Formats: sequence, structure tokens, C-alpha cells
Amino acid sequence: MIYLRLFYEFFKIGFFAVGGGLATLPFLEKLSASTGWFTVADLTDMIAISESTPGPIGINMATYTGFKTAGVLGSIVATLGEVLPCVIMVLIIARFLRRFSDNPIVQAVFYGLRAASVGLIAAAGLSVLQISILNLPLFEQTHRLFDLIQWRSVILAAALFFIIKKWKPHPVITIAASAVVGVIFRFAGLA
Amino acid sequence: MNIYLDIFLTFARVGGLTFGGGYAMLPILQKEVVEKRGWVSEADVMDYYAISQCMPGIIAVNTSLFVGHKIKGARGSIMAALGVVFPSLVIIMLIAAFISSFSHLNWVQNAFAGIRVCVLVLIVNAIIKLGKSALIDWVTGLVCAAVLLLSVLTDVSPVLLVVASGLVGVLYKGRKEAKKA
Repeated sequence: MIYLRLFYEFFKIGFFAVGGGLATLPFLEKLSASTGWFTVADLTDMIAISESTPGPIGINMATYTGFKTAGVLGSIVATLGEVLPCVIMVLIIARFLRRFSDNPIVQAVFYGLRAASVGLIAAAGLSVLQISILNLPLFEQTHRLFDLIQWRSVILAAALFFIIKKWKPHPVITIAASAVVGVIFRFAGLA
Repeated sequence: MNIYLDIFLTFARVGGLTFGGGYAMLPILQKEVVEKRGWVSEADVMDYYAISQCMPGIIAVNTSLFVGHKIKGARGSIMAALGVVFPSLVIIMLIAAFISSFSHLNWVQNAFAGIRVCVLVLIVNAIIKLGKSALIDWVTGLVCAAVLLLSVLTDVSPVLLVVASGLVGVLYKGRKEAKKA
């Protein structure tokens, strides 16, 4: 039953992802590996779309993944699955709100959790690195180290990193600009 | 207007006007629920946001749930959560349905190849930002490195890693507290 599985997977994500929208990424990446519902390339496109459309990123990604997996109903099931743990936790915490965040045990738990979150997102980032900057298929053919890296992508990444640091433009703008660069310089290698 | 419908519509507007999740949502939320409706105070919103950031789940949804709870209890919080996710559901479904019909075009594939590079940079920036606030001593550095290695090299579930890291936090900080006492 795909809907039940979707609900369960996203319930887990809602319950264990700490640190905002991109914190759901490592869970989605594991999900793609274990189910084959979508690829890492799909996932990366989803992030781009989630960042450039209104709404919380985590929710956009759930909706998108759900749709990709099981259509309109899949979208709704995945989103509600991700929201439900939040509802449960907030209803519990709202009773003793102020004491919650000052509690030393809660602080100790999150001291560990946040560090884990950084490690998880970094791991997921590595698979995005693989599909955006590395060219594994070509490298396997030629075995030349130079062919492993797509130099155009490295240049774009460095430029974006600098631009974001300096001017802090909205992600929609950098995403749109990267799309244009991709089309002009044929980033997928297609005419 | 029915208060629950009002909550739903207000939060639907917040969700629909927020680009980029959690942080971007604050100014719009303040305008809608503090200035326009007077449902909660400015200080409340800041408290809810701070707590939402340090609990699991989607930050924007958690914040909405807290505000909804303050307005009208459990039912209020559920209406707020449904409201804030509603625009995402509609917009993303439309895009997802639409995109497969032209994703095979060459220029679309080139565009997405460029976009992937940008996504990589956005992820790196998120890691730097989170890292600055999360990796504050050698224990957190070690936890982060261990989690990174384990999730790259093994099939262990992220859930397990998150739970184990929480335990490390409690054990380490707990011992420190005990020493102080």
C-alpha cells in the first residue's frame, strides 16, 4: 500500500528532521536509495523548485515527492504525514512552553541533534555534488582525472558562492540565473 | 467570519507569500497575526519561532501551530497548520503535473543542469550557517564527522543517527552538569 508507506516515511521525516527545510534532504535521499521512487537528480530539481515557489521548503519537498510517487493523493498523504508529528509535538509542548526551551535535558539533546543534522545534510550534499559537478560516466570511460570534474560547473559554483556571499540575493534569482547559464553553456551537454 | 475559517485563510496567505521557508516567513507572519489581527503579541511570535527552530519538524509549520494554539487551542492550531501548507500543495502539484510534459526538452535539461549547481551552493551555504551555530566544541565536531562518515559509508538510517546523537548530547552534557554540582 503505497499511501501508507508514504505516510509512514514522511511521518518519520517530520519527527526526526531538525534544522529547517533542507534538514529533510538526507531523509529523502535515503528514501530515494531504498525505494527508487525518485532519483537524486529528481531530488535536486525538487529543491530548486521548492526554493523558488512560495511555501515552507520542507512542505514543498514533501508535496513534490508525494506527487512524483503517487499523484495528487500521494502529495496530500506525504504532506499530512510530515505535518502530523509537528501537531503532536506542539500540542504537548504548548502546555509548558517556556519551561521547554530552558530545560537542561532538552538543551543537551539538541546540542547533539544539531551537530548530527549538519553531518546528515553534508552527506546528502555529497550526492548532489556527484550529479552537479562530477562527471562519473565520462571518467569511467576515459579514467582521466581531468574528465572527472565538469569545469564549467565548478566556475559557476564559485561565482554563485561569491555572489551570494556578497549581495545575498533571493534564491529565486540565483536559481533563475543558473538556469540561463545552463541553457547558454549547455550544461547537460545537449545542443 | 467563522474564526476557524479566518485562521485557515490567514495562514494560507502567510504560506502563499513566504518564499523560502522558516526565516522568510517571520515578517509576513508578524504583519498578518500581530499587526492586522492582533491575535498574538510580537514577543509571542519570537518565542514560538525560537522554540520551533530547536524542535524537530518544519519550522514554519511549528510556528503556525503555536500561533494557532494561542488563538483557539488544538483546533485553532490544526487550522493554522492546514492553512500554511495549503498553497504549497496546490502550487507544487500544478508544477509537478506540468513539468513532466516538457522535461525531455534539451533546453529544459540544460537549464536544470545549471540549476543543480546552484542548489549545491545553496546546500553548502546552509551547512556553513548551521555549522556555525551547531559545531561549537570538539564533541559536536566529532558527532558531525561521525554522522557524515556513517551515512556516506553505511546504510544506517538517519533516524538512528539522530537518536544516537541526542543521547550523546545528554550523556556528555549530563556528566558535565553532574561534575559542576
